Amino acid sequence: MSDVLSVKERMAIPPQPMPEQDPAIRRTNMEEVSLGYSAEQAKREADRCLQCKTAPCVSGCPVGIDIPGFIQAIADGDNAKAIATIKYSSLLPAVCGRVCPQEAQCQAPCTVGKALKDVDKAVAIGRLERYVADWERENGLIEAPEVKPATGKKVGIIGTGPAGLTVAADIRREGHEVVLFEAFHKPGGVMIYGIPEFRLPKKIVQQEIDTLLAMGCKLETNFVIGRTRKIVDLLEKDGFDALFVGTGAGLPRFMNIEGENLVGVYSANEYLTRSNLMRAYDKDRAYTPIFDSKKVAVLGGGNVAMDAARTAVRLGAEEVRLVYRRTEAEMPARSEEVHHAKEEGVLFHMLENPKRILADERGWVRGLECLKYELGEADDSGRRSPVPIAGSEFEIEVDTVIVAIGNDSNPLIRQTTPGLETNKWGNIVVDEVGKSSMDRIYAGGDIVLGAATVILAMGEGRKAAKAINEMLAQEV
Amino acid sequence: MNKILYKEQLSETVYLMRIEAPLIAQERLPGQFIILQVYADYGERIPLTIADADPDEGSVTIVFQVVGKTTQLLCMLNVGQSVEALVGPLGAPTHIENFGSVVCVGGGIGIAPLHPIAKALKAAGNHVTTIVGARSKELLIMEKQMAACSDELIICTDDGSYGRKELVTQPLEEVCKRETPPDLAVCIGPPVMMKFCCATTKPYAVPTVVSLNAIMIDGTGMCGGCRVTVGGETKFVCVDGPEFDGHKVDFENLINRLSAYKEQEANHICNLDALR
Ligand SMILES: Cc1cc2nc3c(=O)[nH]c(=O)nc-3n(C[C@H](O)[C@H](O)[C@H](O)COP(=O)(O)OP(=O)(O)OC[C@H]3O[C@@H](n4cnc5c(N)ncnc54)[C@H](O)[C@@H]3O)c2cc1C
Ligand SMILES: Cc1cc2nc3c(=O)[nH]c(=O)nc-3n(C[C@H](O)[C@H](O)[C@H](O)COP(=O)(O)OP(=O)(O)OC[C@H]3O[C@@H](n4cnc5c(N)ncnc54)[C@H](O)[C@@H]3O)c2cc1C
Ligand code: SF4
Ligand code: SF4
Ligand code: FES
Repeated sequence: MSDVLSVKERMAIPPQPMPEQDPAIRRTNMEEVSLGYSAEQAKREADRCLQCKTAPCVSGCPVGIDIPGFIQAIADGDNAKAIATIKYSSLLPAVCGRVCPQEAQCQAPCTVGKALKDVDKAVAIGRLERYVADWERENGLIEAPEVKPATGKKVGIIGTGPAGLTVAADIRREGHEVVLFEAFHKPGGVMIYGIPEFRLPKKIVQQEIDTLLAMGCKLETNFVIGRTRKIVDLLEKDGFDALFVGTGAGLPRFMNIEGENLVGVYSANEYLTRSNLMRAYDKDRAYTPIFDSKKVAVLGGGNVAMDAARTAVRLGAEEVRLVYRRTEAEMPARSEEVHHAKEEGVLFHMLENPKRILADERGWVRGLECLKYELGEADDSGRRSPVPIAGSEFEIEVDTVIVAIGNDSNPLIRQTTPGLETNKWGNIVVDEVGKSSMDRIYAGGDIVLGAATVILAMGEGRKAAKAINEMLAQEV
Repeated sequence: MNKILYKEQLSETVYLMRIEAPLIAQERLPGQFIILQVYADYGERIPLTIADADPDEGSVTIVFQVVGKTTQLLCMLNVGQSVEALVGPLGAPTHIENFGSVVCVGGGIGIAPLHPIAKALKAAGNHVTTIVGARSKELLIMEKQMAACSDELIICTDDGSYGRKELVTQPLEEVCKRETPPDLAVCIGPPVMMKFCCATTKPYAVPTVVSLNAIMIDGTGMCGGCRVTVGGETKFVCVDGPEFDGHKVDFENLINRLSAYKEQEANHICNLDALR
């Protein structure tokens, strides 16, 4: 049926809206905001795709998914083919369909969006990807990939974020033994401790882990490499033939302003970890406490800031403000999160930046002193940088401040692995296939890229896994 | 995993446990700690110092005071049961060398973390003077172990029920005044005690190390919850510490940050009381 539609007819199909929980209701629960397309909606949205010969969308996807291919399969009603097409390139479609910044990646160059002069009207590639991934999971169709006969080789994966999970799957498939090491008590990396339930339900991440375990990967939680065991010992004493380091960018940056160590100032990492990983949002059951904040200021403009602000709303704060130095146009957060945050009542303070955090007589946060900014001349990169307006100080009354201005790489591996080359930001230096300066040690994800994205971490993981598999194949 | 091999009640609220943790027992050095969860799903992660370790048995010893929900749950476990999560060894190890003479000061539960350090300092050839303090005789722990690794042991209690009826700062000052003042002081105990110990040693220019008990979650430098101000800079206790130059620590800030969840935790304790 759908193949008989003309371009004009396809262009006339309105973009299918994503069914969502009502903002007034979702403010009070942790459940997922976006509910996912129905089968009819998915087919209709798939019919919007023009099946461009040059497929500009594919070049926007960091792992090069055959986007027209999988969309055509959905249009044909062949979900099984659609998911197989995606999985050829991506291992975490249910995750990426939800959290990729599509408007800056696959959907940015989409012909339909370009023709309609609005990236938000591009084919909803991410939503379709999510649709088929959910279809597969909800129908119990996920099968553990086949594992080749044992090779006798053993690979250690350090960190269980998207990078580590991807490497584990790709290496295990070749028949090598795989052991995953995770510092926390639960695997999943940022997908578990950082990104909240209302954006990425934990059961989806758990499903990925279950698949790996079904393939025979071993998982060691509560195991900090560099402390419980050092990298050199894994290679020299424990018989690992290769290691992949995917330890992420877990070192919170602070602003270094007065008052940052007052009671009531959190890094976004701490705030989100308390709520997500330690489940502090479930106040009746969790042992880990979190502030009962009334008035919250979140500093920053990325996904992390949005997640912190929206978590604060759900934990019962009456007023949540997001303070960002530039304008909304420069905010690095996904546009959907910005939109959702606004719907949920988060107040946006653009072109403002904190100068210091004010204390009450007990040494707890009572307010934030900010400066107003304006956009100055364009700099070398062509971006207009914000400059403070002298004498524009003003105060906001808050009892909680959440600092979400980014993460650096955790120094633990670097400090405990002499000979491992890192750059001035502490990121591990790797070559084009993901190999570090040391033999048999590969790395990828945020520990190499600096704080980046799930799909990039996954892409890097695939590259490194391929190189490790090739290296091990030569040795058997 | 992490089976409890031995349990002993040292005082009304203090327990000692030896827990199976073979890798940690091999790697740990004095001054390091573990993070423990009794239940991994909803449970809290709490830091406890490794008071001792036995690589042959594959165990670590912890000594903990029951102050709130998690320590309460922990003390109710018996030999043969397990804790769900035990991670470590965390933190930077104590810098051990032959300084000459050192004075080790432990207050209350702080005696437990002090013990492995005093033992290592003694083994490195130092002359070790130890001062331990508790509210009363019943609350004093590990006297024998401390005596075994000290050349001299001074005991104080607040109520005078044992040893000298003084605060630990009194004998500390006397030791500092000696003809040859100590080359190093190591003070571990409640933040207020450490604060006054540092004030005591400062005029005598005795370098003073303290071990800080900030509130932690991950213990690997990821959350920043454990940060304290040291010498005007922000430090993370779990990776930069737990030991710091006591003369530079902003104790007011530490004490303040420790109070963050007092009300909410007090609620936990009420609930626990109701359970009993
Ligand atoms: C709050 C938040 C929201 C985000 N939102 C988005 C989004 O919407 N879309 C998007 O694409 N990206 C988003 N990101 C970024 C994305 O999550 C990361 O780029 C991605 O998770 C990086 O993957 P990774 O595998 O490199 O590391 P991580 O996911 O960081 O995982 C690293 C793992 O290694 C473990 N580890 C660290 N050190 C050790 C050690 N020494 N021994 C053992 N284990 C160790 C850690 O505990 C962790 O589990 C977000 C990030 C945050 C923090
Ligand atoms: C490096 C380090 C080593 C420690 N070693 C020991 C030890 O050997 N023996 C011992 O008895 N205690 C030790 N502590 C303190 C111990 O961690 C706390 O007593 C414990 O977390 C309290 O947990 P709870 O759930 O029973 O009490 P809660 O009900 O959570 O709290 C009671 C009080 O304890 C303090 N506290 C709460 N959570 C923490 C936390 N995560 N970290 C520190 N303090 C907290 C707060 O002031 C709180 O008001 C150490 C702390 C640190 C940071
Ligand atoms: S993985 Fe991300 S960028 Fe690639 S097609 Fe899917 S949503 Fe788009
Ligand atoms: S660019 Fe857009 S319309 Fe063209 S194939 Fe890709 S998704 Fe379809
Ligand atoms: S406990 Fe999280 S950084 Fe120290």
